[in-house]
Amino acid sequence: MERKTQIQAEQGKPDLTITREFDLPLALLFKAYEDPEIVAQWMGTKVLKWESKKHGSYAFETSDPKGNVVFKANGTIHEFIPDLKITRTFEMENSPFGVTLEFLEFEGLSANTSKLNMHVIYRSASHRDENLKLPFDYGINMAHNRIEEILNPQNKI
Amino acid sequence: MNLRRDVFQAIADPTRRAILLLLAASQTMTAGAIAANFDTARPTVSKHLQILTECELLKQEQNGREVLYHINAKNMKEIADFLEPFRELWDDRFNKLEAIMKNYQHKK
Repeated sequence: MERKTQIQAEQGKPDLTITREFDLPLALLFKAYEDPEIVAQWMGTKVLKWESKKHGSYAFETSDPKGNVVFKANGTIHEFIPDLKITRTFEMENSPFGVTLEFLEFEGLSANTSKLNMHVIYRSASHRDENLKLPFDYGINMAHNRIEEILNPQNKI
Repeated sequence: MNLRRDVFQAIADPTRRAILLLLAASQTMTAGAIAANFDTARPTVSKHLQILTECELLKQEQNGREVLYHINAKNMKEIADFLEPFRELWDDRFNKLEAIMKNYQHKK
């Protein structure tokens, strides 16, 4: 069963595409993008603000165990159509790759499977490559480890 | 004008990815033996082999009257190294999303 996440990034282009098929009905996949509590769990970050609507905005913040903020990100939502698409900007604060424009498209494949196609556009090809080369951020890693701990008791896939 | 070929363009095509997988498994093959694995017309497969060779993902080797193809391991590794950490980051996130939503579904 091929359920891997795929990345398409042509050399010299300012964009990339992330595709993933899920063993989830379309409505549940979309809910993971709509409900701030669920977003916080899988993104492994604190969600400060999450307005799932046109002209809404969102903000994330991750702190290390000592309380130092290690990751901050925010963006604005341009389009929010349940079970179909989200168009938004994303900016990881203090990062070398700047603001991106993201087109998220959700699609049901069967009653219990769905697909997400995420088209991300950077300011330039070199901004994109900075993001691709970005080594695993400590904050993100730590957040992932924490999620791993939270989920571990029942995380038998 | 010569089209500038690059490795990412090369691996964007499913037939070319299949050729790379085939050669990864069998090490060295002639163009004819590679083409025999596809329904695609022989000249189309030749074109794919040419592109993969221009991108230096494949190496050609003359063996008598035949041309043998094998993978240029160094360049294949470069592609994987460049994109893989980024891909894994997203794969991790999406695996979590899937696990969380499956739990959520069962709780309902």
